[in-house]
Amino acid sequence: MAAKDSTEIEIDLLLEALYQKYGYDFRQYSDAHIKRRITNRMVLSGYNTVSEMQFQLLHNESFANDLLHDLSITVTEMFRDPNFYRSVREKIIPILKTYPFIKIWHAGCSTGEEAYSMAILLTEEGLMERATIYATDFNQRALDDAKQGIFSNNLIKEYTFNYQASGGRASFSDYYTADENMAIMNKNLKKNIVWANHNLVTDSVFAEVHMILCRNVLIYFKRELQNKVHRMFYESLINGGVLCLGSKEGMYFSELKDVYQELDPRQKIFKKKY
Amino acid sequence: MRYGAIVIGVSSGGLNALGKILPSLPQNYPIPIVIVQHVSPRSDGYWVESMDKVCKLFVKEADEKESIERGTIYLAPANYHLLVEQDRTFSLSTEAKVNFARPSIDVLFESAAEVYGKELIGLILTGSNSDGALGLKKIKEEGGLTIVQDPETAESSAMPAHAISTTSVDYILPLEEIQKLLIKLSESD
Repeated sequence: MAAKDSTEIEIDLLLEALYQKYGYDFRQYSDAHIKRRITNRMVLSGYNTVSEMQFQLLHNESFANDLLHDLSITVTEMFRDPNFYRSVREKIIPILKTYPFIKIWHAGCSTGEEAYSMAILLTEEGLMERATIYATDFNQRALDDAKQGIFSNNLIKEYTFNYQASGGRASFSDYYTADENMAIMNKNLKKNIVWANHNLVTDSVFAEVHMILCRNVLIYFKRELQNKVHRMFYESLINGGVLCLGSKEGMYFSELKDVYQELDPRQKIFKKKY
Repeated sequence: MRYGAIVIGVSSGGLNALGKILPSLPQNYPIPIVIVQHVSPRSDGYWVESMDKVCKLFVKEADEKESIERGTIYLAPANYHLLVEQDRTFSLSTEAKVNFARPSIDVLFESAAEVYGKELIGLILTGSNSDGALGLKKIKEEGGLTIVQDPETAESSAMPAHAISTTSVDYILPLEEIQKLLIKLSESD
């Protein structure tokens, strides 16, 4: 084996310390992604080597929190990829309608935009009363934001476009109250959302559910970890349940790809075979 | 052959510029090509298909975890950053925009430079922003070869000009000469 360069060794040690001290495990994340995030933090904080950050990580909890926040990608939006939500309406809602109770797991919900999107969609389809959305993330800071349901007004124009493009049946402004800076999502959207801290890497099966959304999370994982999480999703889904991945994610490398049927290959929607 | 990959960054005017370089590369062209073209986040990838029709090499969007192979031109998917891993596979990322762009040229170039070192060719073409300048600098630092479209001949000169002002690049050429150089570099030992 070729010798690792110093930065790679330092990054390995930093991730090891983060895991041993705080329990967050990034050791099986894609290297290029991790290196980019850690190097960013290093430059931001004015350090010259990753080793200098090791001391901070171990002895300065607020630094550890910053680093943790850097490593978790919180970029998301309402009705992200409108064609996906259009497909949810057309292909998944008819399936969900056949159940008296519906449990949906939004894994890696970040700041909650997509969980609220799903709540809006379920409301319009008359399913919200019998649905529970379990929105989970390991990033407590993001979860706390998600619970608030407050978004910057700058984003509303984009979100309105997405909502309409997804086949929204009302006016997007029906779902929030805005002042000049902020938009607050309506309370009744939150009623059936359960926010919970759950780590896909270190925690186990969450609940038995009818639908799982996990979009643009697995792209950061190495193949072995992807497979592990796919096994967890498979165990969580009822037979005939639906798994939704990000638009560039597939089941190509999962050992489980044959136990799903493609419900919409373009939108990466898969149905667990009976 | 010395080179393991070519990375190309291009923005406004990109389809024209790429159309003057890529279709003339032969089917047995031995160096994989990876491109970040700035496109709208809502692009459906139509230009991948249009480029594939006119190229002898296979043109496709890069998939996550896909191995980088010769005979193929890879394009970063709209709204994702594209990174190269040590094992010469692709990673995708939805992290925040860099230089107002996702995909960002700097993100691809910097990660590819880490992996390919002096086996990398970096090429900056037309564009009206500054993305790619730092990435090209990194390629140069790692010993790779740097080429920039002559700003005088570019549809938008800003991106090539920024790249040239940030790095002492190896070649500044018009598109026809770039095309010839890429052929020549693939033949040298």
